[in-house]
Amino acid sequence: MTTNDFLQIGALIAALIVLTPLLGRFCYSILTGRGAKVLRPFRILERLTYKICGIDADVEMGWKQYASALLLFNLGGFVVVYLLQMLQQFLPLNPQNLSAPSWHLAFNSAVSFVTNTNWQAYAGETTLSYLTQMVGLTVQNFVSAATGIAAMAALARGISRKTSGTLGNFWTDMTRSTIHILLPLAVIWTLILVGQGVVQNLEGYQSATTIEGKEQVLPMGLAASQIAIKQLGTNGGGYFNSNSTHPYENPTPISNWFEALAILMLPAALVYTFGLMVGSRKHAWVLYGVMMLMLIVLIGISAYAEFSNNSALGVAHLEGKETRFGIVNSIIWSNFTTVASNGSVNAMHSSLSPIAGGIAMFNIMLGEIIFGGVGAGMYGMILFVLLAVFLAGLMVGRTPEYFGKKIEALEMRWTTIPIILPSALILIGAAIACSTSAGLSSLANRGPHGLSEILYAFTSASGNNGSAFAGLNANTPFYNITLGLCMLLARFGVILPVLIVAGSLANKKSTPMTAGSFSTEGMTFGLILIATILIVGALTFFPVLALGPIIEHLLMLAGTTF
Amino acid sequence: MLLDSVLLRQATIDAFRKLNPKEQIKNPVMFVVLVGTILTAVSFSTNVIRGNFSAFELQICLWLFFTLMFANFAEALAEGRGKAQAESLKRMRTATIARRLSGDDHEESVNAGLLKTGDRVICESGDIIPGDGEVVEGIASVDESAITGESAPVIRESGGDRSAVTGGTRVISDRIVVRITAEQGRSFLDRMIGLVEGARRQKTPNEIALSLVLSGLTIIFVLAVTTLKLFADYSAREAGQDMSSVVTLPILISLLVCLIPTTIGGLLSAIGISGMDRMIRKNVIATSGRAVEAAGDVDVLLLDKTGTITFGNRMATEFIPVPGVPVQTLAETAQLASLSDETPEGRSIVVLAKERFGLRAETLPPHLARFVPFSAQTRMSGVDVLESAEPVRTLRKGSGDAIRKHIEENGGTWPSEIDPIMDRVSKSGGTPLVVAEEHFVLGVVHLKDVVKGGIKERFAQLRSMGIRTIMVTGDNPLTAASIAAEAGVDDFMAQASPEAKLNRIRQEQANGHLVAMTGDGTNDAPALAQADVGVAMNTGTQAAREAGNMVDLDSNPTKLIEVVETGKQLLMTRGALTTFSVANDVAKYFAIVPAMFSALYATAVSTGPLAQLNIMRLESPQSAILSAVIFNALIIVALIPLALKGIKYRPMGAEAVLRRNLFVYGFGGLVTPFVGIKLIDILVTRLGLIS
Repeated sequence: MTTNDFLQIGALIAALIVLTPLLGRFCYSILTGRGAKVLRPFRILERLTYKICGIDADVEMGWKQYASALLLFNLGGFVVVYLLQMLQQFLPLNPQNLSAPSWHLAFNSAVSFVTNTNWQAYAGETTLSYLTQMVGLTVQNFVSAATGIAAMAALARGISRKTSGTLGNFWTDMTRSTIHILLPLAVIWTLILVGQGVVQNLEGYQSATTIEGKEQVLPMGLAASQIAIKQLGTNGGGYFNSNSTHPYENPTPISNWFEALAILMLPAALVYTFGLMVGSRKHAWVLYGVMMLMLIVLIGISAYAEFSNNSALGVAHLEGKETRFGIVNSIIWSNFTTVASNGSVNAMHSSLSPIAGGIAMFNIMLGEIIFGGVGAGMYGMILFVLLAVFLAGLMVGRTPEYFGKKIEALEMRWTTIPIILPSALILIGAAIACSTSAGLSSLANRGPHGLSEILYAFTSASGNNGSAFAGLNANTPFYNITLGLCMLLARFGVILPVLIVAGSLANKKSTPMTAGSFSTEGMTFGLILIATILIVGALTFFPVLALGPIIEHLLMLAGTTF
Repeated sequence: MLLDSVLLRQATIDAFRKLNPKEQIKNPVMFVVLVGTILTAVSFSTNVIRGNFSAFELQICLWLFFTLMFANFAEALAEGRGKAQAESLKRMRTATIARRLSGDDHEESVNAGLLKTGDRVICESGDIIPGDGEVVEGIASVDESAITGESAPVIRESGGDRSAVTGGTRVISDRIVVRITAEQGRSFLDRMIGLVEGARRQKTPNEIALSLVLSGLTIIFVLAVTTLKLFADYSAREAGQDMSSVVTLPILISLLVCLIPTTIGGLLSAIGISGMDRMIRKNVIATSGRAVEAAGDVDVLLLDKTGTITFGNRMATEFIPVPGVPVQTLAETAQLASLSDETPEGRSIVVLAKERFGLRAETLPPHLARFVPFSAQTRMSGVDVLESAEPVRTLRKGSGDAIRKHIEENGGTWPSEIDPIMDRVSKSGGTPLVVAEEHFVLGVVHLKDVVKGGIKERFAQLRSMGIRTIMVTGDNPLTAASIAAEAGVDDFMAQASPEAKLNRIRQEQANGHLVAMTGDGTNDAPALAQADVGVAMNTGTQAAREAGNMVDLDSNPTKLIEVVETGKQLLMTRGALTTFSVANDVAKYFAIVPAMFSALYATAVSTGPLAQLNIMRLESPQSAILSAVIFNALIIVALIPLALKGIKYRPMGAEAVLRRNLFVYGFGGLVTPFVGIKLIDILVTRLGLIS
C-alpha cells in the first residue's frame, strides 16, 4: 500500500468523524422537534403531509400502536411495489415497453425494497420501467430508511423515558425523517452526482456505434436521484445492474468518494443522535469508538489480504475491480457497504481475495451493527449492548441495568430472539441451498467459492444488506422465495422485538447511577461490547467460514483456485 | 465443610436421581447434553452391534455423561448443605406435648400438632414452646439457641416488642402464657425448614432472564452444528472425499456440547442455592432467592441509630461544673449519686470519674446510704447519705427540668450560668445531666451517644460501592445531626416515626432507589413490608417477622450491611461464571473445527489446509475432540467450590470490581481452556486413550 492509499482511507474516515456531531445534532433536533432549523419549503411540505394524511403530529403512541402503524405502512409499501411491477406494461413511463417480471421475482424485489435490503435479483435496465423505479423503488429507498430511523428514535425514547407508556408518533417520525433528513441530503447528493456526470433524464435508451463499429445501447433514466438516496439511506439497490461500478452510476473518483461517504454518513451521525436522545454523548462515543475500531481493523485485514503476495494470482490483482477506483477504493467500499446495510458495490465481491470477500460476508454476519443500516444499525447495536450489559453487568454485584432501567426476562427474551434470528436464517437457508439441486444449480463456481456464493446470498438477505457476491444466479423461484422470506423475517423479526423492548423500558422507572452501577460510558464497556459481538455474534459462523473463505484462502496460498 | 463425606455421598446419589428427564428439562442447556449423550450412546451401540467397537466413541459418550453428572452433582451438593441444616431444625419439631388452657383456664395436655391459632398454652421453665406465638402473660428467659445458635438466653415478655416466641425454643426460667399464632406446618420453623431445604425454591427474576439467554445461545449452537453437517457434506462432495468417518454424530454432538454454555448452565442453580445458604450461615433466613438478589441491588440503607451506629447507650464524656464549683467536686458528687445506678449511663459516670480524677468510689455501706431509684414521676435518681438513719447529704442527678423543680421546691435558686452549659451540650448532640447537692446545682455531666469504632470507615466503603446510608433515630434533629456527622452517614431522619420511615422508603423508591432496612417492632411492619429488603430481627414481634423478607436470627442490626454484601457476592458469582463460560468457547472452536476438517483437501503427502488452524498443535483430530469434551466436563467440577463459596467479595466501586472480574473471569476464561485442552491432549496421548 502506498501513502496515497492510506490518505484515501484517512480522508474518508476523517470526513465521517467531522460530520458525525454536526449531522447527528441536526437529526436530533428533527426527531425531537427541539430547536430544529429547516428551510421554509420543507416545513411547508411537512405541514402539507400532515394535512393530507390526517396526521396529528403530537399524539403519542404506545409500542403496540407504533408497531402496528409501522407494519401497516410497510405492508402498504409492499403491495404498491408489487403491483407497480406486475402492471408496469399498462402504466405510463415505460419507453422500453418492459413487461411484468415473474411473480416470485416481483415478490422478491418488493420485499427487498420495503425491507431496506435492496437485493436485486433483477437487472434494473432490462426489467423495470421508469415509473416502477421512480414511484416504487425510489420512494421505498426513502421510506424504508425512514422506518429505520423511526424505530431507532422509538427505542431511544423508550430508554430515556421513565414510567411512560409511549414511544412517540410513528407518522411524525416518518414524515420528519423523510422530509427534513433524507430529502435535503438526497437533493444535495443528486446535484453532486449530476455534476460528476451521472445520468438524470427520462429519455429512451440511446444507441451508439463503438470504434469497433458495433452497436451499443446506452441505458438512461432518473439515475442520479435514485443513486443519491440509495447511498444515503443504506439501500444499495443500483439503478443499473452493475451498481456503482457502472460509469453512469459512479463515473469519477470524486463521485466515488461522495458515494462512499454517503454510505456511512447517516448511520454514523445517528449514533450521536441516539446519544443525545438518551442523554449520554459519552455512551454514544463509546459505541462509535467500538464501531470505528472494528471498521478500521476489518478494512486493514481486507487490505492485507488484497495486497499480500499470492502465488496463484500475483500481487494486487484487479480482476472484477474498476481500474478507475483501484484496490483500496474497492475494499473501502466493500467494507463500508457491508458494515452498513447498504449493499451497493463498486467492485464484484466475488472477485475480492477470499479473505476480503469473507470479511465482507463477516461484516454482515455480525448483524450490521458497525454503523449499520440507517437507524437499523443503531438499534441492532443496542441489542448487543443489552446483551453485553446483561452478561457482564452482574459482575459488579447488581442485577443488570441500562441507563438505570433493569434488564429483566422480557427484555432478554426480545433481545436474544432478534440477535439469533438473522444468524439462524443464514445458517438454515444456506444449508438447504447447498444440499438441494434447486440451490446448487445456480452456482457459477464450485468448491469453497461456491459455498461462499450461497452463504453470501443468504447472509446478504438475512442481514438486509442486499449486496451480491456475484456468480450466483439468484433469479430462480427457489432463491427468490427463500431469500425474500429471509429479508422479511430478518427485518420485521428484529424491528418488532426492538419496539417491544422499547415499550418495556419506557415503562420502567430508572435507578439513578451511583458508584456501584455498571457504567456503559468507558473503555471497559467498549471492550466488553467488542468481546460480546465477536463471541456471540461472530463465532457462530466460524465453522462455516472455515469451509468457505478461510479454506479457499489457504488453498489459494497453496496454488488452488476455484 | 465442602468435603464432608456424608454430604458428598448424598450428593452423588442425588446426582443420579436428577438424571430423570423430567428434572433435566427444567434446565434446557443440560437437557441438550442429556439428549446428546443418549444419541451418542445409541450411535456407539449401533456400531458395536455392527462389529465396529470404537473406544473413542465410548470415551466421548462417557465424558458427556460425566458432564451431565457433574452439573447434577453441583446442584445436589448445594441443596445437600441446606438439607443438612434443615434436618437439625426438623429434630426440634418432634412431638412436643403442649399444656393448653381451656376456656375456663383449666389446663390440659395435648399434642403440639393439634394446637390451633388462638389457643393459649402454659410454658414453664424446662418446657419447649409448642408453637409460634405471642406472650400474653408473664415474663421468661428463653433459650433460642436451637434456632439462632446464640447460647445466651433472651427475655420474652407480654406486651411490647419482645413478645414473640418461636416454636421449638425452650423456656429456661419463669412462666409465661403463650397465645399460638401459627398453625402446625405454617410456623416459622416450618417455613425456615422449607426455605433451607430449597423445596420451594423458585428461579429468581435474574435467573429466569439468564436462562432465557442461555437457551437462546443453545438454540443457535444447535443450528450451527446441525447445518455444519450439511456444509461439511457439500464440502466433501466438492473435494471428492468421503468425510463420513470424520463428521460423525458423536463428533458433532461433542462440538455442540462444548459450545453451549454448559459451565454456567450446570452451575446456575447451585450458585443461587448457595447464595441463600451463605445468608443462612450468617444466620439470616431469606424468604426467597428474590430477596437475596434484591439485596445486591440495594442502594439505600435505612439504619437504626441505636445498636447499628451507636452502642445504644449514652455515656458520660465530660464534667462541666458551674463557675465556682471545682470540677473534682462535681465528679465526686456525680459518682456518688450514680453508685447504685445500674444503668449503662450511671455506670459510665462512675467509670469516667475514676478515669479522670482517680476517684475510687468506695461503696457506701447500705446502712449509710439510701438509694433513690429513677422514677418516671421525678425523672431523677440519686442517693441520700445517712448518718444514724438521718439524711445528711441529698445527691441528685437528672434532666434540667426535673432538677430545677427539685431545688426550687427545696428553696434553692436555679443558677443562670447553667443554661448556656446545657445549651452547649445539647447543640453538640449530647444530653446534659444536671447534678445537684441539696438545693445547689453543681454542674452538668455530658452524656453522649458513642459511635461504634470503625463504622465511619464502613460507611465510606459503602459509599464507594454506591450505597447511601440514612440514619434513623427518634432523637431531636440537633442530636441526630451531630451523631450523623460523627458517624459519617449520608443523611439522617430525626424524630422518625414509623410513618415517616414508611414515607421515606416510598419516596426513595419513587426515585428509583432500592431500600433495605431492619426493624423489630410491630409498628415497623409496614415499612419492613414496603422496603425492597426488610430484615426483621428475630427478637422482634411476629408481625415484624411476617412483614420482612428476611429474618436475622442474631437480631444484630449491623447485619444489614453483610446482607447487602452477600447479595452482591451472589450476583457477582453468577456474572463471573457466565462470562467465564462464554469466553471458553473461543478455544473450543479452535480445538474442534480444525480437528474435524483437517482431512478436507488433504493430499497423500500433506494434511488439509484447515489443519493450520490447529494453533494448539493438538496431537490428532480425535485427541483434540476428546480433550475439549474432557475439559468441558472437568471445568464444571473445578468451578463447584467457587460456585458454592462465591467469588471473593471486595468492597470497591463498580468500575474497579468490573475491571478485576473481567480480567480474572473474562480474560481467564479465554486463556484457561487453551492451556487446559492442550494439557489434557498431552495426557490423553501419553495414556494412549486414543489409538
